[in-house]
Amino acid sequence: MLNVSEIQTFEHDVLVIGAGGAGLRAAIECSARGLNTGLMCKSLLGKAHTVMAEGGVAAALGNVDRRDSWKVHFRDTMRGGKFLNQWRMAELHARESPDRVRELEEWGAVFDRTRDGLISQRNFGGHRYPRLAHVGDRTGLEIIRTLQDHAVHKGFGIYMECTALELLLDGGRVAGVLGYWRESGRFVLFRTRAVILATGGGGRAWRVTSNSWEYTGDGTAMAYDAGAELMDMEFTQFHPTGMVWPPSVRGILVTEGVRGDGGVLLDSKKERFMFRYIPEKFAVETAATEEEANRWLAGDKQARRPPELLTRDVVARAITQEVNEGRGSPHGGVYLDIASRLPAESIRKKLPSMYHQFKELAEVDITRQAMEVGPTLHYFMGGVRVDDDTQMSSVPGLFAAGECSAGMHGANRLGGNSLSDLLVFGRLAGVGAEAYVKGPGAAPRVDDEQVRSAVRRAILPLNREAGPNPYVVHEDLQGVMGRYVGIVRNEADLQAAVREIDRLKADAAAVKATGASQYNAAWHEALDLRSLLITAEAVTRAALVRQESRGAHTRLDHFSEREEWQKVNVIVRKGKDGTMETRVETRRDPPAALAAIAHATIEDLEAGRV
Amino acid sequence: MSERTFRIWRGTAAGGSFVEHRIEVDEGMVVLDVLHRIQAKQANDLAIRWNCKAGKCGSCSMEINGRPRLACMTRMNLYTAGDAITIQPLKTFPVVKDLVTDVSWNFEQNKRIPPFRPRPRGADGQHRMLQADVDRVQEFRKCIECYLCQDVCHVLRDQSRKDAFVGPRFMIRLASLEMHPLDTEDRIPAVRKDFGSGLCNITRCCTEVCPEHIEITDNGIIPLKERVVDRFYDPLLWLRRTIFRR
Ligand SMILES: Cc1cc2nc3c(=O)[nH]c(=O)nc-3n(C[C@H](O)[C@H](O)[C@H](O)COP(=O)(O)OP(=O)(O)OC[C@H]3O[C@@H](n4cnc5c(N)ncnc54)[C@H](O)[C@@H]3O)c2cc1C
Ligand code: SF4
Ligand code: SF4
Ligand code: FES
Repeated sequence: MLNVSEIQTFEHDVLVIGAGGAGLRAAIECSARGLNTGLMCKSLLGKAHTVMAEGGVAAALGNVDRRDSWKVHFRDTMRGGKFLNQWRMAELHARESPDRVRELEEWGAVFDRTRDGLISQRNFGGHRYPRLAHVGDRTGLEIIRTLQDHAVHKGFGIYMECTALELLLDGGRVAGVLGYWRESGRFVLFRTRAVILATGGGGRAWRVTSNSWEYTGDGTAMAYDAGAELMDMEFTQFHPTGMVWPPSVRGILVTEGVRGDGGVLLDSKKERFMFRYIPEKFAVETAATEEEANRWLAGDKQARRPPELLTRDVVARAITQEVNEGRGSPHGGVYLDIASRLPAESIRKKLPSMYHQFKELAEVDITRQAMEVGPTLHYFMGGVRVDDDTQMSSVPGLFAAGECSAGMHGANRLGGNSLSDLLVFGRLAGVGAEAYVKGPGAAPRVDDEQVRSAVRRAILPLNREAGPNPYVVHEDLQGVMGRYVGIVRNEADLQAAVREIDRLKADAAAVKATGASQYNAAWHEALDLRSLLITAEAVTRAALVRQESRGAHTRLDHFSEREEWQKVNVIVRKGKDGTMETRVETRRDPPAALAAIAHATIEDLEAGRV
Repeated sequence: MSERTFRIWRGTAAGGSFVEHRIEVDEGMVVLDVLHRIQAKQANDLAIRWNCKAGKCGSCSMEINGRPRLACMTRMNLYTAGDAITIQPLKTFPVVKDLVTDVSWNFEQNKRIPPFRPRPRGADGQHRMLQADVDRVQEFRKCIECYLCQDVCHVLRDQSRKDAFVGPRFMIRLASLEMHPLDTEDRIPAVRKDFGSGLCNITRCCTEVCPEHIEITDNGIIPLKERVVDRFYDPLLWLRRTIFRR
């Protein structure tokens, strides 16, 4: 029998799983508050998803347009999220993000500057004013490097290329985590009172995605297995502009900054089509003609914003419709043109990594040619349900922040609101964890038998004689999700997906990984399948429940938003018999003051009448 | 599209050898795509690092036909159709397995660098910096920590002087702090003594391989070396600086 005392063991007050923006910020906070902190991540430090974020971090600093304020940011966020956001979270986010951005500057971040030396801000979809603090188009790199460089001097434990497998519980509370080192394949045990999940999303369940191999929904799945509730899982964001050609780069992101800086979307006849897709709700705030849109871009404060900058769900659906109706580009996308809108030199200056990316991967010079783009699975609005203020899930001692948590973005996330989300809620999760760890309650104990059975489960794929190839099972799942749980959905497709996922669960339970456990990609793939399947099933079942179209979730059989569905969230959790349960839960009424802000006209808000 | 031959180094710290794979390559593929295909179809347990597949994370560093490169930014049409392509791990760092090396030494270097120490904010609570002044450090901050420059620097690669020189990546990290308009820490003595600026003899090999096109030597290392020289070898200049500037 496996002797648990022989497994390498670390002890912490709090273990943060994930070292992207959310995890790093959380760990910094925990350690600053005197907690014995550990931070683990699947990749090397500094390689998490956050490094790829391009456009910017949203914060109402008001440096470029003085009319901006936390209230306008809050209003934009609620409207973008179709009023399904947790009101309090959207409030905290809008109020605190300016401080979080300034704090980064204090830690060494070098944002682009305005003419008078302040942090510069750029336009982005759904944001009324230029609000995104940025560094060219590599803002995520700047943020993660700043946090990383700050963190390495804080003296907490950092475990790289170390993957968490299961949460260990003691009487329903968090007691520890079992993981393994990728490098050696050896297991590692963390004994800890609290865990902060910061594992990001689960886009790898789809084929066309901007996400890296790490995005297999591990945090979501571990929380689910531990009994936590998931929320908003039906809302998976398709970013309107991913690369579509060549096939090997399909899905790789083209930043929204291209449209923020004046880029326009064109159909196969090179006609601008977004003017035909302006939703009624946004009509009063969107330019009616090209001429007005151009004036806005030139800085005319009376003009309204171009329709290319409508929220992501609107733009992604418009592109899908253009393509479906035969007006797409040769490779099944549409054109995104910045070449005819800006001089070559300023394109290279403002969008250096986009220039580089197209040049090297697609042999396209974006200062001369239009890009071909189409929707790509990008972001999970849903995830672990947490308390608005403390970020604790329904499992005591289990916290979540960043993309793997739910609530902040509602039905659709505005660009730039993720990086600020990481910083605001990463920090708050640290505050929440401190209160929990220093609160009453005896230290939890890890049950040896739980550890043994987790280890046994993990090594099964290596020990089997034969079984399906894990890569093939993963590809199969990606096909299923692309076909049935895409940007537009209907009941029959979603039912088909549920059946296919059941079939794939059986395959995944029987996969065989060849070779030894040391840095074995097939074994890692086999282990990721479990989280991918839980995550995919949660999205599919939640999408079945929500019988309306709202934000990122479009049901062809329930084509419009329905008033009654604005009042509920869809909750997913593991039932007593081990099967996945869904239910709808009525939302609390918003605080009157917040509701007034969200529903105010922009004139009233800016005149200080609300 | 067409079948191509790859010679991939397989093995561990204990030893290894090249293994040949023949595989279909489609239009537009980069080397990383082919490696993934080999992994899925022929060598399930092949060890590779990657994340972004767009040249942004610096994970997929390896040596392709003898040249340190990012596999995700290396298009297959760079190579002549009939020729075999040789792929091996970075040479300067110990092998873990296959194409994955142990780069932890780099993370240790970063911890040794004295952190950013900003001057106080202005009376209005703001830090002000001009774009012209930040341009310089922003160039260095583009670094994606791929360590290709570390791999190619002969002080580390051939002379194995990891004990005495931090390497080009951390020289530009030092430069980005030293040239940061808000920073007040003085790292120049350490640049010379602890970080070994004297060992670099400006061959520019590092600059040549940098996928971010950072002018590592001209814009980073040489100005740092000049600061060292000013400080330590020109007492008059040093005196004038201490009196008037600090
Ligand atoms: C190409 C691209 C561009 C983007 N651009 C923008 C933008 O301009 N503005 C914006 O606001 N947002 C942007 N986003 C979204 C944003 O980058 C992400 O939502 C955000 O970075 C998520 O951060 P996170 O801290 O939650 O997770 P991540 O940064 O993804 O980090 C997840 C961490 O969890 C670790 N992990 C996962 N599973 C495990 C496990 N089982 N065990 C141990 N560790 C684990 C990973 O190793 C990683 O360290 C972009 C996203 C992409 C993909
Ligand atoms: S220029 Fe200096 S740092 Fe760069 S490779 Fe040559 S010796 Fe190394
Ligand atoms: S300086 Fe260039 S080559 Fe060196 S690690 Fe950074 S990006 Fe890579
Ligand atoms: S995978 Fe990120 S640089 Fe190649």
